[in-house]
Amino acid sequence: MSQKTDMKIPALPSGARESFLARFGIWIVAAIVLAGLPYVFSSGLSVSTMCMMGTMIIFALSYNMLLGQTGLLSFGHAVFFGLGGFLTAWAMNAVVGTASPVPLFLFPIMGGFTGLVFGIILGAVSTKRSGTAFAMITLGIAELVSSSALILRHFFGGEEGITLDRTDMVQVFGLSFGPQIQVYYLIAVWCLISVAAMYAITCTPFGRICNAVRDNPERVRFIGYNTQTVRFMAFSLSGLFAGIGGGLAAINFEIMNSAQMGVGESGAVILMTYIGGIGNFAGPIIGAVVVTYLQLMLSDVTDVWQLYFGLLFIGMVMYAPRGLAGLLALQQPLLQTRQFHRVAPYYVLALLPGLVAITGLSMVIEMTYQLAVKTAAGPAMAFFYVPFNANSPLPWIIAVILFAVGTWLFLRAARLAGDAYSEALAWRKLP
Amino acid sequence: MTQPKNPVPALRLSGLEKSFGPMKIIRGIDLDIPAGERHAVIGPNGAGKSTLFHLISGHYQPSGGSVRLHGDDITGMPPQLIARRGLSRSFQVTNLFPQLTVWENVRCATLWALGYKYSFWRNVERLADARQRTEEILREINLIERWNMPAGVLAYAEQRALEIGLAIASNANTLLLDEPMAGMSHGETEHMVELIRKVSENRTLLMIEHDMGVVFDLADRISVLVYGEVIASDTPERIKANASVQQAYLGTEVA
Ligand SMILES: Nc1ncnc2c1ncn2[C@@H]1O[C@H](COP(=O)(O)OP(=O)(O)OP(=O)(O)O)[C@@H](O)[C@H]1O
Ligand SMILES: [Mg+2]
Repeated sequence: MSQKTDMKIPALPSGARESFLARFGIWIVAAIVLAGLPYVFSSGLSVSTMCMMGTMIIFALSYNMLLGQTGLLSFGHAVFFGLGGFLTAWAMNAVVGTASPVPLFLFPIMGGFTGLVFGIILGAVSTKRSGTAFAMITLGIAELVSSSALILRHFFGGEEGITLDRTDMVQVFGLSFGPQIQVYYLIAVWCLISVAAMYAITCTPFGRICNAVRDNPERVRFIGYNTQTVRFMAFSLSGLFAGIGGGLAAINFEIMNSAQMGVGESGAVILMTYIGGIGNFAGPIIGAVVVTYLQLMLSDVTDVWQLYFGLLFIGMVMYAPRGLAGLLALQQPLLQTRQFHRVAPYYVLALLPGLVAITGLSMVIEMTYQLAVKTAAGPAMAFFYVPFNANSPLPWIIAVILFAVGTWLFLRAARLAGDAYSEALAWRKLP
Repeated sequence: MTQPKNPVPALRLSGLEKSFGPMKIIRGIDLDIPAGERHAVIGPNGAGKSTLFHLISGHYQPSGGSVRLHGDDITGMPPQLIARRGLSRSFQVTNLFPQLTVWENVRCATLWALGYKYSFWRNVERLADARQRTEEILREINLIERWNMPAGVLAYAEQRALEIGLAIASNANTLLLDEPMAGMSHGETEHMVELIRKVSENRTLLMIEHDMGVVFDLADRISVLVYGEVIASDTPERIKANASVQQAYLGTEVA
């Protein structure tokens, strides 16, 4: 009964070369999507938002080479992003006027090279340790580089930063890179190359040993690998890709500021990567897109948007430690067995009171902010275009009720959704 | 005395010592293990058997004495350098890569010996030799059906089998197994004995084991370790007959 053994053993990896489509299909689709996006989201704001997302995708993925792949928590990853950006800016400014025929789209290489060189230098120090000691060293490095930026004012341009003009480079194919859409395609191409390269690295012997080091560094030594070498290589390579991201950011904004390599920016990339999900290659991509979007949207409607990020981050760490990608991955078995329709209503059921609770909470935050910080503006304010007086008790009572009732209903609905999920999952195991 | 055919032993421990603070755990061990021998280390709990393995494999630094592998001094070398010289080991407490699949666990353990090292430019799925070796090992340790499960979710006995899989994956010529059958059922033990017999052919095996049936069945020679000292090292028959061994160890355990 060969049929029976086949059922017992899931098909083993064959190692056979997959068809062209299986290997490159996803990248071709990605390229088509990237090429088509500006036709769907064509406003100037959307295009510049997507440009930012592209650089952040590279940055967050490069960070996950450390955190998710190798288990290294770094608090200084923006150093490589920033240095890559500054060196790219300087290289471009140096080329202007010398009439050297270096087209703009090659300059991110300078960023990558810088990231790699500093990754090697700083990695040689920091990766001598692992765990908490490593994390502390990276924090020290981040502080060190930030404070150097204050001393080396000429190089880092002080508070104003270093400006550049991307349109000054030699033009090939008639591309001036004046219009944002041309920059979008520049970033899209580099983003695709970087993502594909980082993905390819996860599928190599080195990539797998990185995962082994993440899981159990002690054991790795007994299968012949030096864990310090693995950490060092992962650190250097992640510096390379962060530098490419930084170079693209410099080209995109035409300015580099030392704040972009500070501890705050290093924190932002942790947030992004974690919210997206560190256990899945696509997680940081999702995180970069969602967080960049929320950042731009929230900073438009509220002054305390960072507070909301803190809350979101804490919520994710507590309730969805696998991030958004982890939540999506949970649905995959249901989609495969076509059971998703059984849980979808419960998700909506949980989402609605969740939104009510968030509304209540943000009312409290905004009213507190109005009274505590915006004292000059007085207590009159508006929330969702509804004007009211933050000094009167009524809006506070409403806010607290919204929050309490919303949370209570959300927790109940979440439990129902959880039950429905387990049930739908079990369904597929029945004969 | 007759001259041995192969004068360089696979392992030679000379005056090996280990102290933790004031406590002397290993108190001067001299032991030669000829190439190709199946050698068992027995002794009561806390005698220092695992510590001895940690000293040989580079996990701990000896406080004194030396370890030679095929004549080369490996005393105090880091574990990865010792592993690359062809000494591989398993652990008494299961020591795997819990998030990686069973397949990935074994494959990772084959990579260095196959020469792939830190390669970050070759696709790991295309390495035919690593794939064949991994499949072979998973069939040997009876885990092929579980190949795509994370190691962390396996049953205890399966994790023990995978522990052996990691140790044998690199095709090392010297194998150290620390209580490979601990916690296994009778049937699983029998299978494991056959597996160890098979994988230790043409290899040097050093094994810690409490199950006397297994030890007397498998070992060419047995060393008895008591309080950090080897009190006897001989063939199974003579160890059985040795009065001081019976008094120090077998008497309390068997009778
Ligand atoms: N890292 C350490 N620090 C301090 N003491 C240790 C350390 N490792 C082992 N010991 C002590 O050394 C002694 C021997 O331990 P070891 O694990 O080698 O014994 P064993 O012979 O393997 O015992 P078992 O049969 O229980 O596995 C024990 O008393 C233990 O407490
Ligand atoms: Mg032990």
